Amino acid sequence: MGMTKSDLVEKLSESLTNLTKKECEVIVDTVFHNMKDALQRGEKIEIRGFGSFTVRVRRAKEGRNPKTGEKVSIPEKRIPVFKVGKELREMVNG
Amino acid sequence: MTKADLVEIVYEKIGGLSKKESQDIVEAIFETMKGSLKQGQKIKISGFGNFTLRDKRPRKGRNPQTGDDIQITARRVLTFRPSQILKTHINDVKTL
Repeated sequence: MGMTKSDLVEKLSESLTNLTKKECEVIVDTVFHNMKDALQRGEKIEIRGFGSFTVRVRRAKEGRNPKTGEKVSIPEKRIPVFKVGKELREMVNG
Repeated sequence: MTKADLVEIVYEKIGGLSKKESQDIVEAIFETMKGSLKQGQKIKISGFGNFTLRDKRPRKGRNPQTGDDIQITARRVLTFRPSQILKTHINDVKTL
């Protein structure tokens, strides 16, 4: 169950008959690669009808090593966050 | 970044495609993903992340404005789990 990137490529090459499977694969990789780079630059990605991706910053904090009880400092970290679009949210809840 | 920016990137980086063809394929990528999720199938994009579906049970809630008790119905929600590669990549500002 579920769809992998290669299933996605397979489906695309079936519906887009002007493109080979290899070409579809290169395009899919290009799309996700560039989305990844946009997030790395801290850019928001908005795909209408699908959803949006933003980068949130987790502040640096003090933590503890649960094994030794020693204090450790956890540095600031950026995390990608996805918010589902209205259309897709309603679609999956269909 | 919007879908139009992705169309532009595909048009410029992949040779031999018209603007219209680039637009059609970017559109098809997200429509195909939506179709899979609509059927209740999760999606795994290696190197990017997983889109998973979770079934939530009905639960009691409250209208924050009026304070009235309300029933929140059972629903299916979509969540995104970024891959380790994506998480590492967005924190790796050296490669910017």
